[in-house]
Amino acid sequence: MILVIAEQKDGKLNRATWEAIAAAQQLSAGSVPVKVAVLGEGVSGVAGELAAADVAEVLTVDQPVLGRYTADAFVHAAAALVTAQAPAHVLLAHTYQTRDFVPGLAARLDRALVTDVIAIKSAAGQAAFARPMFQGKLVADVVLEGPAPHLVTVQIGAFRADAVRKGSTAAPVSVAAIAVDPSVVRQAPESPFQEAKQAVDLSQAERIVAVGRGIKAQENIAVAQQLAGAFGAELAASRPICDNGWLPMERQIGSSGQTVAPKLYVAIGISGAIQHLVGMKGSRTIVAINKDAEAPIFEIADYGITGDLFEVAPALITELKK
Amino acid sequence: MKIAVCIKQVPTREWQPRLNDARTWIREQEASYEMNEPDAYALEEGLRLREKHGGEVVVCSAGPARVQQVIREALARGADRAVHVEDEALGAADAFTAAAALTPAMQEERFDLILTGLQSDDQGHAQFGPVLAEKVGVPHSTIIMEVQADPAASSMKVKRELEGGWFQYVTMPLPALLTIQSGINQLRYATLKGIMAAKKKEIRKVAPPAGLASRLKVVALYAPQKSKQTVMIGGSPADAARELVRRLREEARAL
Repeated sequence: MILVIAEQKDGKLNRATWEAIAAAQQLSAGSVPVKVAVLGEGVSGVAGELAAADVAEVLTVDQPVLGRYTADAFVHAAAALVTAQAPAHVLLAHTYQTRDFVPGLAARLDRALVTDVIAIKSAAGQAAFARPMFQGKLVADVVLEGPAPHLVTVQIGAFRADAVRKGSTAAPVSVAAIAVDPSVVRQAPESPFQEAKQAVDLSQAERIVAVGRGIKAQENIAVAQQLAGAFGAELAASRPICDNGWLPMERQIGSSGQTVAPKLYVAIGISGAIQHLVGMKGSRTIVAINKDAEAPIFEIADYGITGDLFEVAPALITELKK
Repeated sequence: MKIAVCIKQVPTREWQPRLNDARTWIREQEASYEMNEPDAYALEEGLRLREKHGGEVVVCSAGPARVQQVIREALARGADRAVHVEDEALGAADAFTAAAALTPAMQEERFDLILTGLQSDDQGHAQFGPVLAEKVGVPHSTIIMEVQADPAASSMKVKRELEGGWFQYVTMPLPALLTIQSGINQLRYATLKGIMAAKKKEIRKVAPPAGLASRLKVVALYAPQKSKQTVMIGGSPADAARELVRRLREEARAL
């Protein structure tokens, strides 16, 4: 059996869960039953939604102590659930919440965990999981060793939510008899908040010029600004630029920033770390300008120029003004 | 406060990957190395907490002899001493193995706070911190952007980064482990005085515990397959600019 652990917040399903279900259905190849479990408080609505998938069963662990997420409560509940269900594989979407508790879960269970998986392959009767390594410069096919269950987290966007097979009738929903003693929880979380009202909604921009480490110094941001102006584009950046304070955090594209899919995305001096790519790979036309011909950004680019951005950007500005 | 900062030595950003003959790992001996960037932010945070609350910062790393390069760098930036779990086989260790290698030394030291980067720039498993916390038996929180420690009350309040511009404060008891997000602070660099002082600082070498076994086996390592046919445009900057703009107008209709 393959167990997918869904993610929800305040009774609202995280859409990436469908991607994890799609991955589970692919791994199962129709021969291994797939179950979905949802942990939280007041999750019957989410469970009903998930029951539309072609799965054997939807399990709920519904407890007040799981209402506001903590790593301790989730490790505790998930460890009890996985032990009781004894699946061959446990699949989750590689979200920040997953990153927070699943390594601890794997350590608690003393089982193998592979994270950030982008493809599932079969190698000599064994499942091999492809994942990026070395900042996306390489991909590794990884085989998990040791006793089951093996834990797998799938990169957001790597599996298609719309590929999930739906069932002809709703899957049965049942309550997993798991109790979490609130005294195991050492973290006391407060309500999530946003730093400031997002003044810039980059998701509405038709064109975006995004700048990365290749810009080298704060005073060079002006070059990117001028290029954005020439394209009629919004200016955005990869994380290191915002970390340095060269552009405000609200202009950051990527897993910790905004997700965009404009008509045109021009990446200058961005190598293409996966945390950035997840925020922009849905763009219709992607242009990459980078001095390193091997930079991962070129793998998803429609047009690429290998060269010095300080030479190419001024030439582009001149050309666009013609 | 007795603070540990776990750091990793990783290939530099400029490094161009070269594979071994079996195409299952990189040629480690041909790579140039540097401190994992998120770990550098964790180190800086540790130094700032020491400046505020007193105590010591102990830099901890698991790896072959070559990781002394980044240990010395951390000492030069201001760490007080180091623990090096040394073994040639640890060069390719996954996160679980590295955490297991460090666990006995970390337990023995009884740190108030363990800091490390949120993930490594080489293997990028993003597992090491929470796995180490579980093995050492302390609570953890990940992707931290702010640390307010209250050592007298054995407590701290941290700011966790969530997705899409959301944050959350979490209070937890000490001892604990945090994984630090890049950009939490502004890094300091080693001064000449720091580099000189580092030479006299203690690096305690420890053998890894027996029976370490990796559970992740890399069966193939390769360059990513392109998901798109990329049109590479060559020529002088002016020629390339002209050709790109033409294609964006006529072919992609993006302008």
